[in-house]
Amino acid sequence: MSINGGPEYPATTDLSDVAVGNLALAEEPIAFDVDAIRADFPILERTVGGWPLIYLDSANSSQKPRVVVEAIEDHYLNHNANVARAMHMLGAEATEAFEAARAQLAKFIGANRSEEVVFTKNASEALNLCAYTLGASLRPGDEIVISVMEHHSNIVPWQLLAQRTGAVLRWFDVTDEGRLDLDKAAAEGLVNERTKIISVAHVSNVLGTVNPISEIAALGHAVGATVVVDASQAVPQLAVNMATLGADLVAFTGHKMVGPTGIGVLWGRYELLAGLPPFLGGGEMIEIVTMERSTYAPPPHRFEAGTPPIAQAVGLSAAAQYLTAIGMDQITAHERDITAYALEGLRSLPGLRLLGPAEPVDRGGAVSFTLTTPDGQPIHPHDVSHLLDSRGIAVRAGHHCARPLHERFGVQSSTRASFYLYTTRAEIDALVDGVDYTISFFGGLR
Amino acid sequence: MKVEDLYQEIILDHYRAKHHSGLREPFDAEVQHVNPTCGDEVRLRVHLVGDTVADVSYEAMGCSISQASTSVMTDLVIGHDVAYDLDLYEEFLAMMQSRGQIEPNEERLEDGVAFAGVAQFPARVKCALIGWSAFRDAVIRAQSASS
Repeated sequence: MSINGGPEYPATTDLSDVAVGNLALAEEPIAFDVDAIRADFPILERTVGGWPLIYLDSANSSQKPRVVVEAIEDHYLNHNANVARAMHMLGAEATEAFEAARAQLAKFIGANRSEEVVFTKNASEALNLCAYTLGASLRPGDEIVISVMEHHSNIVPWQLLAQRTGAVLRWFDVTDEGRLDLDKAAAEGLVNERTKIISVAHVSNVLGTVNPISEIAALGHAVGATVVVDASQAVPQLAVNMATLGADLVAFTGHKMVGPTGIGVLWGRYELLAGLPPFLGGGEMIEIVTMERSTYAPPPHRFEAGTPPIAQAVGLSAAAQYLTAIGMDQITAHERDITAYALEGLRSLPGLRLLGPAEPVDRGGAVSFTLTTPDGQPIHPHDVSHLLDSRGIAVRAGHHCARPLHERFGVQSSTRASFYLYTTRAEIDALVDGVDYTISFFGGLR
Repeated sequence: MKVEDLYQEIILDHYRAKHHSGLREPFDAEVQHVNPTCGDEVRLRVHLVGDTVADVSYEAMGCSISQASTSVMTDLVIGHDVAYDLDLYEEFLAMMQSRGQIEPNEERLEDGVAFAGVAQFPARVKCALIGWSAFRDAVIRAQSASS
């Protein structure tokens, strides 16, 4: 569709035959082979201070397979131009690559049509986009419901929205095991006729908890609320399907799913997106601009002001194809196996307190914990991660952008190990040994 | 440098038994400093008598480096005049930012020299500085409040 010489986009609605680049998808899933997968990630061969790198921080940012880096390189070296405005061959190639990436992502998440996929710079921007655009129709006294286990990026935009509109921000509590406390929410009437927006994480970045999104979406839809999901930790690990998830808007990021930094995705039901006002203003998102007013492009371009992350989209598309070729079900199964093994190993250490579910049921591959020495002295996560780093083991220490959740568990911070398709049992053994050493180091020097 | 050398006995001793810890009256200024990347927090009070730092009291949460550094700092600054303490701050800051290139003056920095090793770990420099930065901020506020 082109209006008055405006940008022309390739028709990409038909998702039945999407395969871009030179990564033809395998018909049958190949056997899951962690050693073969590791060979695709050159960074895993490096050493840190003489120790083999043990990268257990994938919930923070995953590593990249060679095919993703090569796809980006090929784009920049052979097809680079701006999209949807350069009327020459390279412009056409770049536009086609960008829109093909959109279609690839749509297929990867089971979207009905590629126009439901909006590219943002990250998940935070996608969530801010939701808060800003949904907020246009909020009135004082309306209620927004989030949860105490959210990442700051799914808290702060809603706080800002509540301050701007006079809406009331409320939240689900969690049980001591780290599950959403749906009983408490029901008892206090958390979701009610005043609820206009519910926004929760699919998978907690700290606890690993997988939340029952369909159930929460049903609660929200019963009262006419729009249901937003932060799927940043879910999409990399689980076969998330937009058609069956039940949510209205879903945000996730590229760099946690073996894709590049600088790109995120907002998926939305098309009818909902079509009714939302613009977010950022600028090029690409308009139809006609006069000095007095403008009309806006339909989704997804309405929400993509300015030159979008083009090469990043190409890289993310390669990432989605890579994960698909391995098989999301196999990745989920590997994640579960490694998480179960890690939970078992870590639980054996005296002085280790786990935050989040202790059993690998409805649980993703992030394991957070606190440590104390045998005589009861807490060991600060900064000190834990520094000692582990000195043995080549990369974990995250701090509040993991979830300070309220740590407060809920009565701790200031924690150490988090997180796993992905390239994590091995031997790496978990090294982690358990390293944590054991850390406990004795800080305990033994007393 | 091995990480075990970073955690010298002096640092671990101060971490386990922090000097001058707790919030006390009277005070002329109170500040709160946080390290948002890791969540370390310090609430710190300064009491001046004339130009002398009569007391520094604090409540802090954080890693061994931040806690020990704050504890050592109070030992060094209490009982001295403000100008001397601010010079000492600059000296400690220079050592921490030197990546191990500056040989610290043990006469003046005493237990503070134990943090010279921390300067070789850029991620931990902020930890060692949080208490000192809070002190400097509080002193300046206390001075402007009294003038």
